[in-house]
Amino acid sequence: MIPQEFNYSRPGTVQEAVDLLADHDAKVLAGGMSLIPLMKLRLSAPEHVVDLGRIPDLSRITENEGSLHLGALLTHHQVATSALVQEKCPLIAETAAHIGDAQVRNMGTLGGSAAHADPAADYPAALCALEAKVRLVRKDSERVVDIGDFFVDALTTAVEPEEIITELILPVEEAGTGVSYQKLRQPASGFAIVGVAARIRRDGGRIAMARVGVTGLAASAYRAAGVEALLEGSEGSQADVAGASAAVDEGIEAISDLHASSDYRRHVARVYTARAILAAL
Amino acid sequence: METTVTKKTERLIGKPIRRREDPRLITGTATYVEDIELPGMHYAAVVRSPHPAADIKGIDTRAAEQHPGVVAVYTGKDIDHLGAVPCGISLPDLRIPHHHLLAQDRVYYVGHPVAVVVAGDRYIAADAVDLVEVEYEPTDSVSEPEEALEAGAPAVHAEWPDNVAFTHHQEGGDIEKAFAEADVIVKERIVSQRLAPSAMEPRGTVASWNSGDETLTVYSSTQIPHILRTLMAGVLGLPEHKLRVIAPEVGGGFGSKCELYPEEALTAFIAMKIGKPVKWVLTRRDEFLATIHGRGHIDYYELAAKKDGTMLGLRVKIIQDVGSFHMLLTPAMPTLSVLMLPGLYRFKNVHADVVGVFTHRMATDLYRGAGRPEATHGIERMVEVLAAELKMDPVELRIKNFVPPSDFPYDTPMGVSYDSGNYKAILEKAVETVGYSQLRQEQQEARRQGRLMGIGIATYGEICAFGPSPALPTGGWESATVKIEPSGQVTVMTGVSPHGQGSQTTFSQIAADELGVDIDDIVVTHGDTSTVQHGVGTFGSRNTAVGGTALVLAIRELKEKIETYGAMLLESDDVTYGAGVCTCNKTGKTVTLGEIAMTSWTGPTYPANTQPGLVATNYWEPPNFAFPFGAHIVVSEVDPDTGEVAISRYLAVDDCGKVINPLLVDGQVHGGVAQGLGQALYEQVVYDDTGQLVTGEYMDYALPKAAMVPTIETDRTETPSPVNPLGVKGVGEAGTIAASPAVVNSVVDALSHLGVRHIDMPLTPEKIWKLVQQGGSA
Ligand SMILES: Cc1cc2nc3c(=O)[nH]c(=O)nc-3n(C[C@H](O)[C@H](O)[C@H](O)COP(=O)(O)OP(=O)(O)OC[C@H]3O[C@@H](n4cnc5c(N)ncnc54)[C@H](O)[C@@H]3O)c2cc1C
Repeated sequence: MIPQEFNYSRPGTVQEAVDLLADHDAKVLAGGMSLIPLMKLRLSAPEHVVDLGRIPDLSRITENEGSLHLGALLTHHQVATSALVQEKCPLIAETAAHIGDAQVRNMGTLGGSAAHADPAADYPAALCALEAKVRLVRKDSERVVDIGDFFVDALTTAVEPEEIITELILPVEEAGTGVSYQKLRQPASGFAIVGVAARIRRDGGRIAMARVGVTGLAASAYRAAGVEALLEGSEGSQADVAGASAAVDEGIEAISDLHASSDYRRHVARVYTARAILAAL
Repeated sequence: METTVTKKTERLIGKPIRRREDPRLITGTATYVEDIELPGMHYAAVVRSPHPAADIKGIDTRAAEQHPGVVAVYTGKDIDHLGAVPCGISLPDLRIPHHHLLAQDRVYYVGHPVAVVVAGDRYIAADAVDLVEVEYEPTDSVSEPEEALEAGAPAVHAEWPDNVAFTHHQEGGDIEKAFAEADVIVKERIVSQRLAPSAMEPRGTVASWNSGDETLTVYSSTQIPHILRTLMAGVLGLPEHKLRVIAPEVGGGFGSKCELYPEEALTAFIAMKIGKPVKWVLTRRDEFLATIHGRGHIDYYELAAKKDGTMLGLRVKIIQDVGSFHMLLTPAMPTLSVLMLPGLYRFKNVHADVVGVFTHRMATDLYRGAGRPEATHGIERMVEVLAAELKMDPVELRIKNFVPPSDFPYDTPMGVSYDSGNYKAILEKAVETVGYSQLRQEQQEARRQGRLMGIGIATYGEICAFGPSPALPTGGWESATVKIEPSGQVTVMTGVSPHGQGSQTTFSQIAADELGVDIDDIVVTHGDTSTVQHGVGTFGSRNTAVGGTALVLAIRELKEKIETYGAMLLESDDVTYGAGVCTCNKTGKTVTLGEIAMTSWTGPTYPANTQPGLVATNYWEPPNFAFPFGAHIVVSEVDPDTGEVAISRYLAVDDCGKVINPLLVDGQVHGGVAQGLGQALYEQVVYDDTGQLVTGEYMDYALPKAAMVPTIETDRTETPSPVNPLGVKGVGEAGTIAASPAVVNSVVDALSHLGVRHIDMPLTPEKIWKLVQQGGSA
């Protein structure tokens, strides 16, 4: 487990970081929980590593006009335990608590997880269900990308080599919205075989809003639009939920690996979708 | 000089003394191979085969050799004069392929060492590994043992096209008659999958050549420093007395470090070649590829019984996946299984056939339990299958067939003699503690609600305290030296080589009680062939039973000498030694052990016919193995929608003979259960059909983490072993042996009303869900 030689910089500001990225063929390091193992296995061999770990601006939590802004460098532990996050956006806090083990939660970061885009990572399900926006900054400009355009494929996102994620922008949950994240763990890694994040709001006996994000089943996390459409307007009975959940893998090419075949993953996705919805209701 | 021996009256044997090893382990001050730094250290890195089977057409080392900082690159031709990696077992038709330290013109498994690069910096060595260009011509490979046995399968070794590595047959009684008289015969194919031993510290070696006096010092992460020395001297062609082997702190082994690995000898070879100390430590990925695996059995069981549950006969065919080469004890693994096939039951007729099969995989060899978990899993599954067939309660069926307490020592049809036991008592204790009949009622209720609740029982007997020398290629004795230093402290040198067991603590307790001194006045050392008398090592749950006995006997011999000195100092011929002082029985005058020790070393006068010094060494050869036993009960619930298993209770009732330290016994049971449960639910070494190792990291190899292990309730019975004066048996492997059948029996029980009779490990949710879907028909 010996990485190849690389150069290392530790900028103190976002501007310094993006300047470095503009000038070098570099890889960003956040918590290192994904990047460092890849480097040690020599599956990744960046020439230059830019460590964001000492940029205080990236660990802020702020509320602004109905949105919660979470700095990219917040650790999973910080997201899981922040009273503000728990109150304003409980789904992301609940999801963070499901990630890995204590050591990983103390090192791994929100931005790192989003940027890494592991098909089995937990956050992406919640980010999809939350219709999150991602702020990307480069040397002379910045842009905000909808989560629907962010996850491109397994380990591939809209982030360009010169960009860093500075924050994720999430909605402050409206009163009456129930949320839940339900996950079947892969026994070795602790990642999700399937993970489902649900946000449900009732209005007058019917489901007014349903958002369902799914991780683990496909190459990228996605919003299960079919499930949402079937739920919205329904009474949210057991039968409604079961019927809607059956649509979770519609049009999806399911992953198959050592730990679960694609058929089993599809089945578990339906079961866990129903569980997440019922828990959110 | 001052003497410092404390008087002591409290007995320590049986007390939960905290581990004396732990402060250095917890504070990171222990010295592992990786921590050893010698001036001028060089680093070796191994080039490994990416193919399971290929001819080597050429190796171009020039780019690697020219890489700045690289000192040397060695390939097969550089070491072909050295000896082979040894296999210590002999069986009549055992086929032993020549196992070179580096591949010659062919590779036989993914991870096979092909070349080794040496540099002054480990990063440079790792970079240069990628610069060694090996031209391979891949050939067909076979990785499943049953496929390897089929006609036309690729031959792992061209000279043995049938891929048979060895066969072994053992029987007792009249199996044909037993099966002819049976009312029922149950059959099952039972797999004990390959596992990765997963010691926390990976393997590693440092070797240092002293060209002045032509001696070699080797530090290696090993369980058998003395044996390693003999073997390595042979491989290197170095006189044994010029070789010193040290096992520094060793971070676990579980059997996997009871070997001479190619890399250990290569490191020594390189140190001699370049005249500089060399360090080599495996990465975790290489640890998965190139450290032995455990288990790897496919077993065919047939059990014959009467309608009333009387078990008559057991016929077993064992297919052992050997891998491509034998390691030190590989062929012995299934023969150990054979010894324990009957379990705790009064079988008169047992018939076993073993075939070892070459496959294009890393070798299998001993891993915690080594042959016994496979046997116990088999018989404890078969008893459940029979109970289901006869619709008998599995507790009742077991008790009906147990060897009764009156029959000990009990000679089994497999030719071993169980030393002592009370099997019915331990199962009844477990059944009572867990509230068995209540649980059965709860199970009925759960089933009415559509829930899948299971109660799993496993009893086990194991053969340990290895063991009488005729049963071991290494010798089965163990040694101890006890020395009272001039100022009165006690130094114990043991020939065993503990690496996590806590034997420094248990041996200190034994010595403290035997000598009647304070535990703080005792130091236990081991693992250095230059400072410790010859020893055998640590495996097969033998430390306390064999090494501890040697210690007791050495101390008892020394006590006579202490009394001789005491008599001289007290000017009396009627003295008794105890609790750190020698007392004259007539006058009541005393002299301390410290005073006696000082006199023994510094004089000025010595008793007649008595040598100076207080030191005694004992080599103890045990008359038999010891046979611990126990009963574990697991309560589980299966999620019918997903097949996930949740364990709600785990009760372990074990009998390991006399208990020296209950804290350590519990610790061994906890760790053992975690590993057995890991096999039952999670772990498997998987090679795909192209021979590639799929589970090459902990991201895919599912070792249970602390949060995945349930609370383990422990309890005990204590049946002393008559085999040794301490009455101890052994507990290093018990938990692992009991846990896999206990867990699997519980899950099968949860699904039994669906017609499920057997499920192979690991019990993945998907496997179980499919069975539930199919209403049980697999
Ligand atoms: C043992 C273990 C168990 C785990 N279990 C889980 C689990 O159960 N669920 C789960 O979801 N995850 C799990 N993880 C992954 C963990 O959550 C990682 O922390 C996460 O995937 C990556 O975050 P990081 O901060 O460590 O990123 P790093 O490893 O530092 O970086 C990962 C990638 O993201 C890029 N990157 C990082 N930050 C930014 C940024 N701000 N802008 C642009 N690019 C960036 C890096 O360049 C790199 O390509 C586990 C990891 C380990 C080691």
